[in-house]
Amino acid sequence: MKATLITGRTIKQGMVIESKDSAMYTEANAICELDPDDMKKLGISEGDTVRVSSASGEVHVRAVKSLQAPHRGIIFMPMGPWANMVTSPETDSVGMPSFKGVPAEVEPAKDKRVLTYPELLKETYGK
Amino acid sequence: METHTDVICPFCGTLCDDIEVQVEGGRIMDVLNACKLGTAKFMSMNKKHRPLKPRVRGENGFEETTVEDAVERVARMLVEAKKPLLYGWSTTECEAHSVGIELAEEVGGVIDSHSSVCHGPSVIAIQDVGYPSVTLGEVKNRADLDIYWGSNPMHAHPRHMSRYSRYPRGYFRERGQADRTVVVIDVRKTDTASIADKFLQVEPGGDYELANAFRAALNGVELPDEVAGVPKKDILQTLDIMKEAQFGILFFGVGLTMSPGKHRNIDCAIKLVADLNRYTKFSIMAMRGHYNVTGFSEVLTWQSGFPFGVDYTRGRPWYNPGETTSIDLLTRGEVDACLVIGADPGGNFPRRAVEHFARIPTATLEPHETPTTYLSDVVIPTAIAGIEVEGTAYRMDAVPLQVRRFMDPPEGVYPDREILKMILDKVREIKNGA
Repeated sequence: MKATLITGRTIKQGMVIESKDSAMYTEANAICELDPDDMKKLGISEGDTVRVSSASGEVHVRAVKSLQAPHRGIIFMPMGPWANMVTSPETDSVGMPSFKGVPAEVEPAKDKRVLTYPELLKETYGK
Repeated sequence: METHTDVICPFCGTLCDDIEVQVEGGRIMDVLNACKLGTAKFMSMNKKHRPLKPRVRGENGFEETTVEDAVERVARMLVEAKKPLLYGWSTTECEAHSVGIELAEEVGGVIDSHSSVCHGPSVIAIQDVGYPSVTLGEVKNRADLDIYWGSNPMHAHPRHMSRYSRYPRGYFRERGQADRTVVVIDVRKTDTASIADKFLQVEPGGDYELANAFRAALNGVELPDEVAGVPKKDILQTLDIMKEAQFGILFFGVGLTMSPGKHRNIDCAIKLVADLNRYTKFSIMAMRGHYNVTGFSEVLTWQSGFPFGVDYTRGRPWYNPGETTSIDLLTRGEVDACLVIGADPGGNFPRRAVEHFARIPTATLEPHETPTTYLSDVVIPTAIAGIEVEGTAYRMDAVPLQVRRFMDPPEGVYPDREILKMILDKVREIKNGA
């Protein structure tokens, strides 16, 4: 399903800024909030893995039913390494990358595992 | 048990100054008055696995080292680089900023802050069209209309509404909430929108169009039936609310700066506020995120003349967003080393920028484990400003406050400013041929 990706702060993401080495960080950040109607359309339930992709790359995260709906066609990911696999580095010559309003695609990927950030960084950057 | 009152919370740009912290035996036992974000930051002091020793990347992973050795490695990295980037700064005190800027000048590097990836476009717009702003105290005492546009303080600044906008009683707003109207404009019906009196749901990327529609209608232009997904009647009703307010404030967030249009969205929002001043008193304020991101822009502007993205490679300060800003420098592969201070570009920058960060020599000054420390070659744990280090921080309305030290840092863990001074001294020693 084509969607517009928005990334940003959530209170759960903000609460684990000083605890990024904990499981809570993955729990709070490696997610994609979807409109309940879009979840029905995709045939997914809360907790299922989804693949989010854009011109910048792709990432697997956990689907979460948005509590800030309705926003059909808009998906939300908390700021962090998972979201930044698919945000755009385009700054339009003002320094600011495009963290919001990114054209993206979201699809079910129930057989895929959500990586922790060390796994994600190792796989992506080889370090 | 020691009770520390009037502690300033070092989390977000609201800089709440009424926190009470109870300490016993070097542990924080309780935090009163803070929101979930602030409480989590204070309570993180009790973590069992806080890194205390500097470490360097060896052949078999990280190896512990001394502060002196780590400082010398960072100094050599900066001296040997042609164009190092010194990035971060928003979660440390202004006194560290000052030393960091001196260091950037000494090594001929580029210095940049979180502004670059949060309200940099706002700063550019302010340079273009001005900034008719106020203090949060004036908002609390005078405002009867609070607009949040592209901002969700219920998640990002959880006490902003209880201290300054929706709920408090003020000098001219004696009944508190009953004397105030809140309007939210956002692409989603956020938790902030849920407690607003009026909510306008704008299409993604439609903010510039909507702001212009407000201005057009204000100047007598007939609107189409719908603009950026918002019905004409809602735009006109909201405009009436704005015009009829005695004192309005438009708080805008990164929903405007990070969306298509970027600095032009802010240009237009500021001009709307200027237009509204023909009818009533109206003001505007950026919802700054990190607690001292405003402070860094203040200090950098005193010392270099520019607020973020300052390049010293020419031997003098050079500011040109899009050229001298972190994301552009990293994605174009123009920097050959990076020193990070209290920031997490490894987690919070887009992938292509991090790809270059992971390739070049990097060092990080940071109290906790983050994706950036994971990717860095040298990591120096530092003391936490506002808890273990005193200093100056600027609230989102550019009011300076003194953050407190009410606990001692662990032995051998120093404030950012002291580590930066050690690096600066070592850089000068190396450059002088010692």
